[in-house]
Amino acid sequence: MEILVCVKRVPDTAENEIKINSDGTDIERDDLVYSVNEWDNYAVEEAIQIRDRVGGAVTVATIGDKDSEEILRREMAMGADKGILISDDAFEGSDGKGISKILAAEVKKGKYDLILTGAQADDGAGQIGGMLAAILDLPYASIVNKIETVDSKKIKVGREVEGGNQEMNEIEMPCVLSIQTGINEPRYVGIRGIRKVASIEIPVHKAKDLGVDAASVGAAGAKVKRVDYFVPPAGKGADIIEGSAEEKADKLIELLKAKGGIK
Amino acid sequence: MAQQIFAYILHKNGVADDSALELVAAAKKIDAGAKVTAIVTGTGAPLDALCKEMAASYSSVWKIDNAAVAYPNAEVIRKILVKLIPKGSILLCPHNTFGMDLAPGLSIKLDASFVSDVVAIEGIDGSNLKVIRQEFSGQVSTHILCDISNGAVVNTRPGSFKADESKSAGGAVTDKSSEAGDLSAKRRYLELVEAQVGDVDITKSDILVSVGRGIGEKDNIPVAEELAKAMGGDVSCSRPIVDAKWLDKSRQVGTSGKTVKPKVYMALGISGSFQHLGGLKGSPFIVAVNKNVKAPIFQVANVGVVEDMIEFMPVLTEKISESK
Ligand SMILES: Cc1cc2nc3c(=O)[nH]c(=O)nc-3n(C[C@H](O)[C@H](O)[C@H](O)COP(=O)(O)OP(=O)(O)OC[C@H]3O[C@@H](n4cnc5c(N)ncnc54)[C@H](O)[C@@H]3O)c2cc1C
Ligand SMILES: Nc1ncnc2c1ncn2[C@@H]1O[C@H](COP(=O)(O)O)[C@@H](O)[C@H]1O
Repeated sequence: MEILVCVKRVPDTAENEIKINSDGTDIERDDLVYSVNEWDNYAVEEAIQIRDRVGGAVTVATIGDKDSEEILRREMAMGADKGILISDDAFEGSDGKGISKILAAEVKKGKYDLILTGAQADDGAGQIGGMLAAILDLPYASIVNKIETVDSKKIKVGREVEGGNQEMNEIEMPCVLSIQTGINEPRYVGIRGIRKVASIEIPVHKAKDLGVDAASVGAAGAKVKRVDYFVPPAGKGADIIEGSAEEKADKLIELLKAKGGIK
Repeated sequence: MAQQIFAYILHKNGVADDSALELVAAAKKIDAGAKVTAIVTGTGAPLDALCKEMAASYSSVWKIDNAAVAYPNAEVIRKILVKLIPKGSILLCPHNTFGMDLAPGLSIKLDASFVSDVVAIEGIDGSNLKVIRQEFSGQVSTHILCDISNGAVVNTRPGSFKADESKSAGGAVTDKSSEAGDLSAKRRYLELVEAQVGDVDITKSDILVSVGRGIGEKDNIPVAEELAKAMGGDVSCSRPIVDAKWLDKSRQVGTSGKTVKPKVYMALGISGSFQHLGGLKGSPFIVAVNKNVKAPIFQVANVGVVEDMIEFMPVLTEKISESK
């Protein structure tokens, strides 16, 4: 099976405090720790497991700048066979549709049975997988937390729905799936693994390589635009308990007792 | 405003999802005088009853009765909507597991703009719709301009718009079933597998000590269990803890986990994503313990403690035991 996984380099929000710059045009990016989008890591692991079961190859692709190469290498260290960096100044400022158009052009250059994305990335849109499928006119299933291979034409997938229930579907290939966390346990990648793939060449695909009309993507082609970043005026917000850890604990216990939080 | 506004009504066997009346409210934020059309798909008597119910809240209701959408398969429903919705319209959908499945691809097929997970709508600004979204797990908000000159699909965050209960639309139901067109799809719904029951039922707990990614490692779980024991409550968690298999899925709070309604909810090392908070009902007293003072959980909590949870939990446990 030929599998393409779309991956994105994102600020690691579990580690970083996201701050907005002085004019609200962007977040402060200087000291951020970046990593591969959590959901994409599960998608790559799933692709590797499928390949190991039925054969084929896993390609990881990302649209980003030179820095994005590091996440491709990381995913190759996990076991992906190939990496593709899709990079062009013309892609900057793309909206979801722009990103999807570029990825669709990349997909058309190959012959993939399965195209995986994460269920959502850092801006929480959860849109690329569904858009990509529609552009390519392929069937789509979102928030997939189980994949069973059936035969060379179709697979069975579980979609996670509300309440932790799972909706089972049969879907024809080629298809696009967006992958939910928890579908597997992504393997650990050590420094050694990354060193092993350090010298593998990663091709860079530009707009002209993909036959993408530069005016239809990037900021020029975007119909959905971010105007600014802001921190909403604090609502009532939590009463923050001050003091040493011991003092905080004492005050909290009083409150908990009053609210029935200690039996 | 020239554009027609539609809302897709999600339901289970004729029982409307909470989003059904939230979308009326969202539509009125786009255009206060909007005559909004609800699109309801399904089959049989439950569908008829729901259409009638929706006509109280929507000026117009389009009914599509077809066995192929007895279960809402987004791949089929997308085809229906592409067929029925006039070019240039605005369609509202809930940003839940169905809306995420349906809407992005629909916007492509309608050649319309798409804006996802909208938490507030500020209104029309020229040829744009101005909305608010959140990024980086709710740590920052953004204003978004969405060009609607060619129409738009807008997914709204569940719970962000207060349901419009006025029920004064006096709308009419139109049967559009015959216009649905070809409903073949390359994805077939098979069955629904229900979530498994775990050892404790956190939906019945009065006191929950809920841990998130901030707990750092599996070995710290017993520290939270000690705290829960001292308080007389149970341990629950956010999704990453279940993904890591440190706790059972039955302990997960959130839209894809359990809906809980404790008296006291102590969230430790949980950032406060909307999918997590979506599982919290009945206005509990919320205590947030987080080392990041900017964590969104502090916006919804009653009381906050800015501390490292690993150090704070044992202190709290010991003091509670002493105080008994
Ligand atoms: C379709 C879908 C459904 C989902 N359903 C759910 C759901 O049902 N339930 C759910 O929870 N999530 C769900 N999610 C995931 C959700 O989007 C978030 O990713 C998740 O809730 C984040 O969990 P968290 O708050 O534990 O982790 P993070 O967002 O990583 O937050 C960790 C927090 O811990 C703090 N912290 C770190 N170290 C410490 C320390 N030592 N002491 C104190 N604080 C510390 C950090 O400051 C941060 O605020 C869903 C996502 C999708 C796409
Ligand atoms: N710049 C990008 N390059 C490659 N894939 C991307 C990019 N942006 C988003 N994706 C994919 O789309 C998924 C969903 O992202 P989003 O729709 O932005 O929330 C991600 O998990 C990735 O798989």
